[in-house]
Amino acid sequence: MNLYAVRALYDYEMARMRRTLVQSIIAPVISTSLYFVVFGSAIGSRITQVDGISYGAFIVPGLIMLSLLTQSVSNASFGIYFPKFVGTIYELLSAPVSPFEAVLSYVGAAATKSVILGTIILATAALFVHLQIHHPVWMLLFLVLTSVTFSLLGFIIGIWADNFEKLSLVPMLILTPLTFLGGSFYTIKMLPPVWQSISLFNPVVYLVSGFRWSFYSSGDVSLAASLGMTLLFMLLCLAVVYWIFRSGYRLKN
Amino acid sequence: MSETLQAGTSGSLAPAMEARGDVVISVSNLSKTYATGFQALKNINLDIRRGEIFGLLGPNGAGKTTLISIICGIVNPGAGRVLVDGYDIVRDYRKTRAIIGLVPQELTTDAFTTVCSAASLSRGLFGKPSNPQHIEKVLRELSLWERRNSMIMTLSGGMKRRVLIAKALAHEPTVLFLDEPSAGVDVELRRDMWQLIRKLRDAGVTIILTTHYIEEAEDMADRIGVIHKGELIVVEDKVELMRKLGKKQLVLHLLEPVERLPGELSGYSLALNNHGNELVYTYDTQAGRTGITALLTDLSRLGIRFNDLHTKQSSLEEIFVKLVGDRQ
Ligand SMILES: Nc1ncnc2c1ncn2[C@@H]1O[C@H](COP(=O)(O)OP(=O)(O)OP(=O)(O)O)[C@@H](O)[C@H]1O
Ligand SMILES: [Mg+2]
Repeated sequence: MNLYAVRALYDYEMARMRRTLVQSIIAPVISTSLYFVVFGSAIGSRITQVDGISYGAFIVPGLIMLSLLTQSVSNASFGIYFPKFVGTIYELLSAPVSPFEAVLSYVGAAATKSVILGTIILATAALFVHLQIHHPVWMLLFLVLTSVTFSLLGFIIGIWADNFEKLSLVPMLILTPLTFLGGSFYTIKMLPPVWQSISLFNPVVYLVSGFRWSFYSSGDVSLAASLGMTLLFMLLCLAVVYWIFRSGYRLKN
Repeated sequence: MSETLQAGTSGSLAPAMEARGDVVISVSNLSKTYATGFQALKNINLDIRRGEIFGLLGPNGAGKTTLISIICGIVNPGAGRVLVDGYDIVRDYRKTRAIIGLVPQELTTDAFTTVCSAASLSRGLFGKPSNPQHIEKVLRELSLWERRNSMIMTLSGGMKRRVLIAKALAHEPTVLFLDEPSAGVDVELRRDMWQLIRKLRDAGVTIILTTHYIEEAEDMADRIGVIHKGELIVVEDKVELMRKLGKKQLVLHLLEPVERLPGELSGYSLALNNHGNELVYTYDTQAGRTGITALLTDLSRLGIRFNDLHTKQSSLEEIFVKLVGDRQ
C-alpha cells in the first residue's frame, strides 16, 4: 500500500476545498438557510406537524441529505474529471498508485468534505429549529455511508464524463428529481398509494428515511430496509468502480 | 558504485546483478494499436543502458510519446514486454514506476496550485516520505525557489516547463524521461536544463529524451534511436552513427568557374556547386583510401586550380533526414 500517495492525494484534494471554501461550504449553508425560510417558515407555518414533529424540524434530515447527495457527487466528479480535462491525470497514471489507493484518496476526500458539510448544515439548522437526535451513532453512520456512496457515484460520473455537459447532466437530470421525489420535504405516506409504491423504487427514499429515523425514531421504511438499500447502492458503485479500473475504461488508451 | 562493491563481496548477489546487468530498460517486441485502429508502434526492440543519455528522434507522429507513455504506465501496452530494472511494467508496476520520472510533452499543470505543493504532491504520489530539503534543492536548481508560493497559472510557459521538471525530479528517480523538454524554452533555460541533465547523468540517472532539435541530441546523447512511423529504424552509438552514416565532404573553391566536369573525373563522386565555383567531393571516411590525393593530382593535371579548400562532416540532422527519407 502506497500510503504516502494516499496521504498526498487526500491532502491535495482537501487543499482544493480550502481554496474553494466559499463554493464548498458557504454556498450550501446559504441555500439551506433559504430552504428553512421558504419551507420551514413560510410553508411550515401552514403545515405545522408531520408525524408529530414540527415541519421545520421534520425537513432537517431531508435537507441535509439533499446537500450531501449533490455535494458528494459534484465534489467527487469534479475532483477526478478536472485532472482528466487539463491532462494532469498523466501523473496519477504514471505513479505507483493502485486503483484502490486512487479511489480511497479521491472518494475519501470528497466524502470527508460532505461529512463536514452535513455537520455545518446541521449546525445551521439548529439555529432555526429545535433539533433532537435520538440515535446519534446511527445518524453518523448514515451520514458517512451516504457521503461515501455518493462520492463513489460522483467518481464514476467524473470518469465517464468527457465534457462538462455530461458532468452536470446526471446530477441535474437524475439526482435532483430523485432527491426531490425522495421524501426530503414530505413523508411518502402523504402520497396517493400508487405514488407510494413507485417511490419505493427511489433509492433516495431509503436514505432519507433512515436518516430521519436516526433523528426522530420514525421513517417511511424500516431501518433494516434503509440500511440494506444504502449498503446495496454502495456495493453497486464499488462494483462499477472496480470494473472501470479492471478495464481501464476511459482512463488509459 | 556500491552495487559493484556488493557484487564483489557477496557472491549471492551476483546472479541478480547479472540478470539486471547494464540494461535498465528492456523493450521487447512491443507493439501498440490505438482504439482507433491506428498502429502507433510496430515490434519495437530496445535496450536502454544504465546511466546513459539516450536520444529518441523521429518526425511528428512517429510514436515517441507513445513509447514513453507505455513505459511510464500512461498508455496500455499492446503486444510485447517492457522490463524496467528487471521488473515487468505491468506486473511489478509499483517497482518500475517508483524509479521513473517523466516530464511530459504537453504543458499540463494544475493551474490553481502553488509550485511547492505541486512538487510535494508528486513526491508523495511516487511513494516517498515528504522531504522539504530535497524539494528546495530541486526548486533552487530550476530557479523556481523564489516562485515557490506562486500559483502555477501566474507563471510563464517556460517556468511551467520547469515546474514539470521539478515534479518529475521530486521523488529522486533513477530513470528520467524528457519528452521534448526544450519545446517553447528560451536559450538560457535550455542551457540551464542541459546543465542539470548532465549533472543528473553524472549522479547516475539514466536519461531518455526526445527532441526535434537534432543539435541537442548531437550535443547531449550518448546513443541515438530513430523512430519512424512506429518502427525503430536505427539504434546506434551517436559517434558511431555519425561516423557510419555521416559523409565527409571536401569543398574546393575554384579559381575559375567550371561549366561541366571533364570526363576524366567521372570516377569520383563530385558535384559542382555555386554556379561552378565550388567543387564538392564526397568521400567515405571509413574506406582505406579516401581518394583525395588522386583527385588533387588529377585536378592539377587537368589544370583545374583552386584557391581554398575545406572539409565538412554531415550533421546528425542530415543523417536523420537521410534515414527517414530512405524509408519513404
Ligand atoms: N490516443 C490516441 N488515439 C489514437 N491515435 C493516437 C493516440 N495518441 C497518439 N496517436 C497516434 O499515434 C501516432 C504516434 O503519436 P505520438 O504522440 O507517439 O507521436 P510522437 O512521435 O510523440 O510525435 P510528436 O513529435 O509530434 O510528439 C500519431 O499518428 C498519433 O496520431
Ligand atoms: Mg510526442
